[in-house]
Amino acid sequence: MLDIRNLNARVEETEILRGLSLSIEAGEVHAIMGPNGSGKSTLGNILTGRPGYEATSGEIEFNGKNLLEMGIEERAREGLFLAFQYPVEIPGVSNMEFLKASVDARRKHLGLPELSSFDFMKIARETSKRVSLDAAFLKRGVNEGFSGGEKKRNEILQMMLLEPSLCILDETDSGLDIDALQVVAAGVNSMRNADRSFIVVTHYQRLLDFIIPDYVHVLAGGRIVKSGGKELALELEAKGYSWLEGEVA
Amino acid sequence: MTDTTAQDFKHLALTLAGAQRSVPWLDTLRFEGTEQWLEAQWPSRRTELWKYTPLASLQRGQFASWGSAQAYTLADDALLTLDAIRLVFVNGEYDAQASTGDAAGVVRFSKADAAQQTFIEAHLGKIVDTKRHLFASLSNAWTQDGVLVHVPKNTKLDKPIYVVHISTPEAEAAIANQRVLVILEESAQAELIEHFVSSEQPQNGFVNSLTEIQVGANAHLSHYRMNLEEEHLIHIGGVHINLASNSQYQGFTLAEGSQLKRIDYQICHKGKGAHAGLNGVYLPRNEHLLDYHTNVEHEAPHCTTSEVFRGIIADSARAVFNGRIHIHPDAQKTLAELSNKNLLTSDKAEVDTKPELEIYADDVKCAHGATVSQLDQDSMFYLQSRGLSEKQARTMLSFGFINELLQDLPQQAVREHLHRHLSLLFAKDKFAS
Repeated sequence: MLDIRNLNARVEETEILRGLSLSIEAGEVHAIMGPNGSGKSTLGNILTGRPGYEATSGEIEFNGKNLLEMGIEERAREGLFLAFQYPVEIPGVSNMEFLKASVDARRKHLGLPELSSFDFMKIARETSKRVSLDAAFLKRGVNEGFSGGEKKRNEILQMMLLEPSLCILDETDSGLDIDALQVVAAGVNSMRNADRSFIVVTHYQRLLDFIIPDYVHVLAGGRIVKSGGKELALELEAKGYSWLEGEVA
Repeated sequence: MTDTTAQDFKHLALTLAGAQRSVPWLDTLRFEGTEQWLEAQWPSRRTELWKYTPLASLQRGQFASWGSAQAYTLADDALLTLDAIRLVFVNGEYDAQASTGDAAGVVRFSKADAAQQTFIEAHLGKIVDTKRHLFASLSNAWTQDGVLVHVPKNTKLDKPIYVVHISTPEAEAAIANQRVLVILEESAQAELIEHFVSSEQPQNGFVNSLTEIQVGANAHLSHYRMNLEEEHLIHIGGVHINLASNSQYQGFTLAEGSQLKRIDYQICHKGKGAHAGLNGVYLPRNEHLLDYHTNVEHEAPHCTTSEVFRGIIADSARAVFNGRIHIHPDAQKTLAELSNKNLLTSDKAEVDTKPELEIYADDVKCAHGATVSQLDQDSMFYLQSRGLSEKQARTMLSFGFINELLQDLPQQAVREHLHRHLSLLFAKDKFAS
């Protein structure tokens, strides 16, 4: 599914990722944890192609294709999805029209016919119910005036509608109360299947009580310094990150 | 052929006035208008109110006659579908077939009875300040037919008034003078929709339009004004509003560009506690020149003004926005806000924006601001990261920029019409690149 080999990346002039390697197979859930500033968010931004983030060396293969050569929208249409830590508010752009345009783009790429407005609206309403987002939010501007929790649920709603093959959740738990966290986790868990993979980026172990990962990686100093099973998250919760600092080159 | 000079246009205008059928009871206003038009200085680049808006294309126009009711074909859905008192004019001539006819409170000047004539005489040309508005003088000089909306005390019109001005090209370039007078008595309520459209062929006319509005104490007017004509039409228009105490005016205006389009709004808070809301959108493209001048006079205390204008300027077009708020010494406790935001979608597009705040009272709250910006990069990335192409994302964000002012319009027919019309316009990419 995804193969990252010896990736170096920078944001403007600052080198953030230094020799990161990570391999993810279809159906797996990988948690990436690490202290602030370790490069967790940079990884998501590099994978999605955010302007200003530049891979200086290394390779990323996604579904057998060279990801770094693909444009932002191509990656999305190919099945890569990032649930943003801070989704932007876009007043004036209707959430419904935006969602339909993105689903249409993905379906077109997959060779599927466009959904009629009526069919799409029906699906969008049903899906918004699954993430406990009132259907009225579909008519508002994209994330306009949404609370932090509503924005995160809108991200999960988009993920469900787009049915990506690789989902990156960037600190989706930040700013969520326990109820919202459970809604988000239930949404993610309902999407887990043998063909879909997840990268769950988080600072805290809490989210991983609800989304049980297959692997846990610790990112520090721009590379993965330790990998293990889900029990590694508990160990990190108990000991913090400082005991791993010796591992950082 | 050489360009006619400014003097020639001034005299041409008067020759055309002389060619109109006489309406004796309007003669006084016509004479006054004629005199002011003759005395007025023709605007030059040194005339502050016309600094960025040369009148060259008007001077070049070989206007030979008054417009006449031509057969016309409009694009599908060009007009609003709504249950309204509808008055349709074609090149300035009343189109009885397309209209629902005069109704209670709504009458054309040409059909006014003696009492209504006296009423019109008492108010027409009295709300507008012709010293600042050259083409209002011309409108007075050209006064012939027009629409009177008179809503008596404590009365609410049960249907909106929909005034449609259709332009079509004529064999020889022609002019039309459009006049509307709205008087709302105390605690009256009405909704007025003015819609300027044209057939799709290249136009060759000039429309001079003037709407005068008096909102009585506690009265309430909703007013929409759309200028959606083909790009060769020249339009100079003015809307002048007097607000009595505790009255409310809620206005919305939207204009596409043309070779020359200039629209003035003047709002005077005459009585205390009045509120004026005015939102506007301008969308010039190609080589258009589109100019909005707004002026709000706060003469009385405890009044509020909220004004928001947004423009997207494409191609080699030029937009001008000048928003003035003038707080007089007696206008204590005024609350006034003016915001103007512009989006340029091409290197050759230009906007000259100037908010002006003049405050002569010490206990007021005022805010004003103007920005010229590009599309937000984080929003672009967000949309693209969901699979939208760069072009799609740009179109969506540009549309969103003005849709913020469209989406909450209370009049559904206007809202849906503009949404549909502008979606098509934006799909042509002019406002996205």
